[in-house]
Amino acid sequence: MKFGILVNEGPYNHQASDSAYRFAKAAIDKGHQIFRVFFYYDGVLNATKHSDPPSDDRNVVKNWQKLAEDHHVDLVVCVAAGMRRGIVEDSLAPGFRISGLGQLIEAGIQADRMVTFGD
Amino acid sequence: MSTLHTVNKSPFERANLQSCLGHAQDGDCVLLMEDAVVAAMAATALAPKLADAAQSVKIFVLGPDLKARGLDPAGVADGIGVVDYDGFVDLAAESSAVHAWL
Amino acid sequence: MEEEFEGGIVKKFMFVNRKAPYGTVYALEVLEMVLISAAFDQDVHVAFLDDGVYQIKKGQDTKDLGHKNFSPTYRALEGYDIEKLFVERESLEERGLSEADLLVDVEVVSRAEMAKLMGEMDVVMTA
Repeated sequence: MKFGILVNEGPYNHQASDSAYRFAKAAIDKGHQIFRVFFYYDGVLNATKHSDPPSDDRNVVKNWQKLAEDHHVDLVVCVAAGMRRGIVEDSLAPGFRISGLGQLIEAGIQADRMVTFGD
Repeated sequence: MSTLHTVNKSPFERANLQSCLGHAQDGDCVLLMEDAVVAAMAATALAPKLADAAQSVKIFVLGPDLKARGLDPAGVADGIGVVDYDGFVDLAAESSAVHAWL
Repeated sequence: MEEEFEGGIVKKFMFVNRKAPYGTVYALEVLEMVLISAAFDQDVHVAFLDDGVYQIKKGQDTKDLGHKNFSPTYRALEGYDIEKLFVERESLEERGLSEADLLVDVEVVSRAEMAKLMGEMDVVMTA
């Protein structure tokens, strides 16, 4: 089954991004496919390469990055939400790309299930 | 087919769970996750309400979120199932749509 | 369930609004989602319940906040062929509001009707 995932919150204020990551990982481990993860609202902050959490904390950005590397998961950051928050092409960690909100609607159409994580 | 409703707010703080239960259809599933896991415990003042809801919808709680908050899965109310992320994925796959009550 | 047309898949989408505007950005950005969805020829539904009913309250004036008043955009949705707008009667009543307080033509439905409608959707988008 193909899952689409929407992440509405940033990496360190809210558990949403962690929950989405755990869900995505479990889905992949069970043989499902992640069609796309779309980062919207403050969720765009999950894509910043400048994130540098203390070493005793989990690295949310790296978790996503590794998921993209290992399983070719499409990580899409909303361009308009990103621009508002200073997340542009140059800010992106590897594995993320910037595109329009249409990519979220397309995920809703193409994926078998759309799962949202937010506040 | 049924809908999977996810709720991530404590009912002691916000009305998300109340609204969700007010809209869930018979046979739907409700997953309590993140801060909503507190609602699954048998000892809370809300337990009768949850037990009532469990007559028409299937209620689940995310185990890792319980444990993180120091809540023992053994203390979860009868009729509420404890699942891990694998179980969450299965619930989503088995439902026709997933509705997050944010 | 989804249907196949010559143009591709058409799914029942619902954008659910449960939060008041301005205190957080969610209302505005859900509206952005709704507008973009118009380009995909889907069966789009927009629901207002709980504090989401305040999004379509008449007379919003944001001048003193410096925020953009985006409420007129709800009236423009019709021009994008997004005409399935639903507001929940109980949510209005609980807040001392009535249909006359709303700035856009919406179908007022009961909580039970809203619940049934939600259950018919293929994709539910919330924020």
